[in-house]
Amino acid sequence: MATDVSSEALPERAGLLTGADSEARAVPGRSVKPPPLLVVGIGNPSRGDDALGPALLQALYAAGAEASGQVELLTDFQLQVEHALDLDGRAAVLFVDAARPGAVHGAALSPLTPAGAGTIGWTSHALEPGVLLALCERAVGCPPPPAWQLAIEGESFELGRELSTAARRHLQQARALAEAWLAQRMAACGQSSA
Amino acid sequence: MTRHLETAADPEGLRRVAIDPVSRVEGHGKVTLLLDAHNRVQQARLHIVEFRGFEAFIQGRPYWEVPVMVQRLCGICPVSHHLAASKALDVALGVGAIPRTAGVVRRLMHYGQIMQSHALHFFHLSSPDLLFGFDSEVERRNIVGVAAAHPDVARQGVLLRKYGQEVIRLTAGKRVHGTGSVPGGVNRHLSREERDDLAAQVPQMLEWCERAVDLVAELHGRNPALYERFGRFESSFLSLVRSDGAMELYDGVLRARDAQGRILLDGQNVQRYLELIEEEARPWSYMKFPHLKSLGREAGWYRVGPLARVQNCDFIATPRAEARRQQFLARGPVHATLAYHWARMIEMLHAMEVIAALLDDEAVLGGTLTAPLPAVRPLRREGVGVIEAPRGTLIHHYTIGDDDLISWCNLIVSTTHNNQAMNEAVRAVAAEYFDGREVTEGLLNHIEVAIRAYDPCLSCATHALGQMPLEVTLVDAGGTALGTAVRHGDGRFERGAA
Repeated sequence: MATDVSSEALPERAGLLTGADSEARAVPGRSVKPPPLLVVGIGNPSRGDDALGPALLQALYAAGAEASGQVELLTDFQLQVEHALDLDGRAAVLFVDAARPGAVHGAALSPLTPAGAGTIGWTSHALEPGVLLALCERAVGCPPPPAWQLAIEGESFELGRELSTAARRHLQQARALAEAWLAQRMAACGQSSA
Repeated sequence: MTRHLETAADPEGLRRVAIDPVSRVEGHGKVTLLLDAHNRVQQARLHIVEFRGFEAFIQGRPYWEVPVMVQRLCGICPVSHHLAASKALDVALGVGAIPRTAGVVRRLMHYGQIMQSHALHFFHLSSPDLLFGFDSEVERRNIVGVAAAHPDVARQGVLLRKYGQEVIRLTAGKRVHGTGSVPGGVNRHLSREERDDLAAQVPQMLEWCERAVDLVAELHGRNPALYERFGRFESSFLSLVRSDGAMELYDGVLRARDAQGRILLDGQNVQRYLELIEEEARPWSYMKFPHLKSLGREAGWYRVGPLARVQNCDFIATPRAEARRQQFLARGPVHATLAYHWARMIEMLHAMEVIAALLDDEAVLGGTLTAPLPAVRPLRREGVGVIEAPRGTLIHHYTIGDDDLISWCNLIVSTTHNNQAMNEAVRAVAAEYFDGREVTEGLLNHIEVAIRAYDPCLSCATHALGQMPLEVTLVDAGGTALGTAVRHGDGRFERGAA
């Protein structure tokens, strides 16, 4: 039987894999200020390379990314409307997601803008990050934070499969990009608060 | 009825229109229409093109892992799988009644799921079609368009969804991959602070749920001809009900009514479902076609989900939802496809009323959490768990081997029950709107509106950037491409020569 990249098999603290902490803060009227940087990992850990987003966040967590108190790591299967509430009050957000084969080469970081009229994708129940940014402003009433997307090329998305060999290689490229992004944004946060 | 459109009498020489994939539903669905030289529809089918392999994913796993692992099957209603699996394993392990606290916490989790799922579907998937029109500007017909034109509606949708997710998080331990329900009971209860926080928001949530029912009723009232006729066909209905006939979404007995509302079967123990329901495979779709065995393939198919449940029960045991149900049924049995939205909002209101009542129950704050396993292990460890998931009746069936691994399983998910019904809806819309007309984006959306009313979840929880364009290819029966129409991932609609 194939084993999957299961969250249960990885070191876990309450809230890491579900954003439980952020949810408590994201309720309207929250009194606790969230960490300025948010990294959102999107994907199903049991769907082969769809696990790339959660796997990257797990690696960042293991490396102590949250230790400074400046970063929050949040994973979910898909982006949904209520994730717009998680964006409120952030200095910057990074969305990490698997990409279909050939959509990017290895891993690619790119800036995001809120989706405007005529650019809303036709999606399933799940939302694209740009739509979430637009909802942040129009439905939640908070300005969308500066945001980036880190796309990691996947190969196979079958139920019950492990990460493919190629995806594991792309994951290392993505980790380097994510750590560089975090270092830059943390420096910017430090300058703005100084 | 449009059953003659399932298979064309003479497919040679017909033109094929494929809607692939259907948007704003889960997974990969594809619609094909075969048109003759005068653009008249001769055949219409909804195909499910992805093979899911759920059973292979589950078989061979330790039984205690199953309630958590099955949540990976679906990113939209994982709680329904979590609870259906737990219920099935309660039976397989020979656990009698679960403790009262366990029952209250599981119900709270389930009704939180119903509420958040219904809110997501109505406010964010269907309201763009209903508020702006099926063939309104495609740039506007989406959730951001709703937020711009009706910010209060969009905001209420976000916050209703958020509340339901919070109920799930507190009862399941996490919003996704929850572990709250275990074979024999639950592993957590609410703290007083958590309960009080949820209870404080009840009046606002109830008010918004009532407004949502009123909104969809108003939309029906503005254009009754459209809402009653669009994609309409008659069918039987299947659902769980409480033993006294009340609406029941967590547990109960199986009941089916025919199109005139007469009882076909009632009071049936869910453990006997295989004696009642049979699944038929058809070569053009991976998704099977269930039907009542007693009526056979042609007459035995049925609908499940909100429209079935609201009419299958004798009453709803919460007052606000029951009052709306009476209004909904004022003109007799309802068969309109778009009436699913109205029924769904009645259920969302009912779910919120149930949540309010459960939060008032002190059992939610503590007590015995799990029932002990029986002293003597059952000779055959087999069990069925049935739950009314947001989209309809969900069946999990397992046997456990001597090595404690799942040796066999069978799942019938809600969308599978509605397979025939969605095909009927596609044919009804195709027959009324497509005959003799040029295919446009708005016209294609009519087909999708009919499918979306059932809120199908064809294969959730996987996606990758750039995988959701809508492509339509016109080919003749010999396979020669005549032209293309593409809806890109960024929403643009484009037509071109092959």
